[in-house]
Amino acid sequence: MNQSLKKTLSTTATITVKIPNRLGMHARPATMFAEIAGQFEADITVAHGEHDPVDGKSIMQLMMLAATQGTPLVILATGSDSNAAVEELKSLVANGFNE
Amino acid sequence: MKLLEIVVKESIIPQLKATTRDAAISEMIDTLVAAGAVKEDQKDEFVKAVIRRENKGSTGFGHGVAVPHVKHAEIKKMHVAVANSEEGIDFKALDREPVHSIMLLLSPEDEPENHLDAMEAIFGNLSQDTFRRFLRQASTADEVITLLSEADAATR
Repeated sequence: MNQSLKKTLSTTATITVKIPNRLGMHARPATMFAEIAGQFEADITVAHGEHDPVDGKSIMQLMMLAATQGTPLVILATGSDSNAAVEELKSLVANGFNE
Repeated sequence: MKLLEIVVKESIIPQLKATTRDAAISEMIDTLVAAGAVKEDQKDEFVKAVIRRENKGSTGFGHGVAVPHVKHAEIKKMHVAVANSEEGIDFKALDREPVHSIMLLLSPEDEPENHLDAMEAIFGNLSQDTFRRFLRQASTADEVITLLSEADAATR
């Protein structure tokens, strides 16, 4: 395994979490998600289904996911704090964005 | 969802008279009343509801655009109004920049999937530099409609 790939693997974290709240990821949840994601150094992308991954720090891109209730979101973080990032974002989603 | 399915053509304002956020919201909903999309006696309630939502968190998500919106039990069908402001309006945007293009969305309360579909269509376009630039440059309603139909043709 080459060094750069090793480095990437060691700093990448991913998690899948279903959206529990009835209204899905509408504007306010997307805003909360992007705000929390923005606090981490790691690059964060979010994807679901056939949708291309979007930037987890951009509200506009998160809104493009049109993620409804029950949608499994795949959160991928790459960077030194990737583990903490996915854990915190997972709990935000799993708690239904506190709605 | 296609933009032209939800944008009310009579509610495209190439140049807002309003210079403040709340006045812009009111002016946009006025055109929805004039178009028959909103009843006159519902106007004040919808304006208040959109402003209440805006006060909870700005929908000025940056890049000079804002998407004020509300879900309301009295809204039976989704409606979008579009407006431009040459001078720019303070929407307390996240990037603190003035807002030059506004897409205001009224959604029925009990259709979260449709609401998200509409947001996908709106943000899928607003997140593109070229769309934002052409929208802002549009000086007539027809130019906006042409832009929206081209955007619709490019989406699956």
